[in-house]
Amino acid sequence: MTLAPVIAQAGGFVRDRTGDTGCPGNNGICLGWIVDNLDRYRTPFFEHVFLTVVPVAIGFAIALSMGLLAHRKRWLITPLTGFTSALYTVPSISAFLLLLPVTGRGNDTAIVALTAYTLVIIFRNVITGLAGVPRDSVDAGRGMGLTSRQLLFRVELPLALPEILAGLRIAAATTVGLAAFAYLAGAGGLGRNIDQGIEFRGNVLAAGLLLTLLAVALDFLVLSFQRAVTPWRRATA
Amino acid sequence: MIAPPLASVLETFGDAVRFIFQERESRAGTVNVGGLEEVGQLAANHFAVSFVAVVIAIAVSVPIGLWLGHLGRGELLAVGVANVGRAVPALAIIAFFVAFLGTGFTNVAAALTLLAIPPILTNTYVAMRQVDPELVDAARGQGFSEQQIVRRVELPLALPTIFGGIRISAVTVLATAIIAPLAGLDTLGTPIISFNVYGEEGQIGAAIVVAVLTLATDAGFAAVQRLVTPKGLKVADRGSGRSRSWPIPIRRVQTP
Repeated sequence: MTLAPVIAQAGGFVRDRTGDTGCPGNNGICLGWIVDNLDRYRTPFFEHVFLTVVPVAIGFAIALSMGLLAHRKRWLITPLTGFTSALYTVPSISAFLLLLPVTGRGNDTAIVALTAYTLVIIFRNVITGLAGVPRDSVDAGRGMGLTSRQLLFRVELPLALPEILAGLRIAAATTVGLAAFAYLAGAGGLGRNIDQGIEFRGNVLAAGLLLTLLAVALDFLVLSFQRAVTPWRRATA
Repeated sequence: MIAPPLASVLETFGDAVRFIFQERESRAGTVNVGGLEEVGQLAANHFAVSFVAVVIAIAVSVPIGLWLGHLGRGELLAVGVANVGRAVPALAIIAFFVAFLGTGFTNVAAALTLLAIPPILTNTYVAMRQVDPELVDAARGQGFSEQQIVRRVELPLALPTIFGGIRISAVTVLATAIIAPLAGLDTLGTPIISFNVYGEEGQIGAAIVVAVLTLATDAGFAAVQRLVTPKGLKVADRGSGRSRSWPIPIRRVQTP
């Protein structure tokens, strides 16, 4: 019924290789083609990094502030969790398109929507992390005469850090996947590469691997940071 | 970014809502698109493929999760599946199926099933592990068989978290079925992806329908989740909030 336009859209890329009698023409995996055509993926890859890192960074700042606020005023936890969960439930592609009339086609829309998706994950982990700080540690800190600000920065946050960073890791990996749909909002990223040659195995493999690699690399980066800043956990781990 | 005037934004949304209920000419003017009949048909397809995927995922992952969780083995598998599931993007999985296995309903359903398995498997496993071991010991001491322990003690206590996993999967699958048209299956994603035919009204109209469908599904599962929560857990759970996180739900199971 309406499939024709989709194929037409992919046409540019497909036509690129129909004249080819080699591997791409036969729709193979074509490692050689991938190596020769890495240029096709370089810019989208960095766009994808941008579309992941920026929303995660903004989302982290917002969610951490929300978490700290809710830590002080406990009654805020339920409404904030409800609000961020509802944001998370709206499908990312819907969110991109619903924002289009407001923020227009392009990166703005993608960044706003992707930021909204990181909130629930990070917020929840901030709350859990802070709630999991042993009572004894807090009491000991208070007994030593720490103000509540000192208590937060010197006792509670450091002890909650592993949980908070775990949230950051999940948020980063999730955002890599969601940013693959950002091309529908007129932003770049590796999603467009996949869409343009979805029937070509070499292309799907190259773009898919790059996406997975990016998710794993960001995960590893945060994990290394966590190891570096929580030396006391290494002894027990 | 310069925000467009409110009136034009509202007008765009008005057009989009009209698309859902009223047929109109396509952008090229050759065919009529939109209207309740077409949108309804697309929504039915969307729902059908998502339903099949989630049901198969439940049938596959719940028994495995219950079994591994009861034995307390295979943590690496349960957690590993969750991590891999998160690292491999949904679009990549769909694209992989298209490029290597072809298009059509079955392939889309299979790809969506793969996406639906990790949250259900992990939540089932974690839910089983969170059951208080003393309860299991007590049941064993009363002469329950292993099967009875799973069915009468562990499963009821694990059920809310298992449904939490199913809820996440259902939402993910509904959201991902939007790209099914890339794999040759018309769903509510068709107006979104075939911009050339449906135009902006179609895109945004379909986006609204998917969002409503997903939020309704989520709310439905939330209700089911509350319904299957045993009374004892509700008391112990008060104040910790509803848990929807994945892979590790924050629910601490306590016995009164």
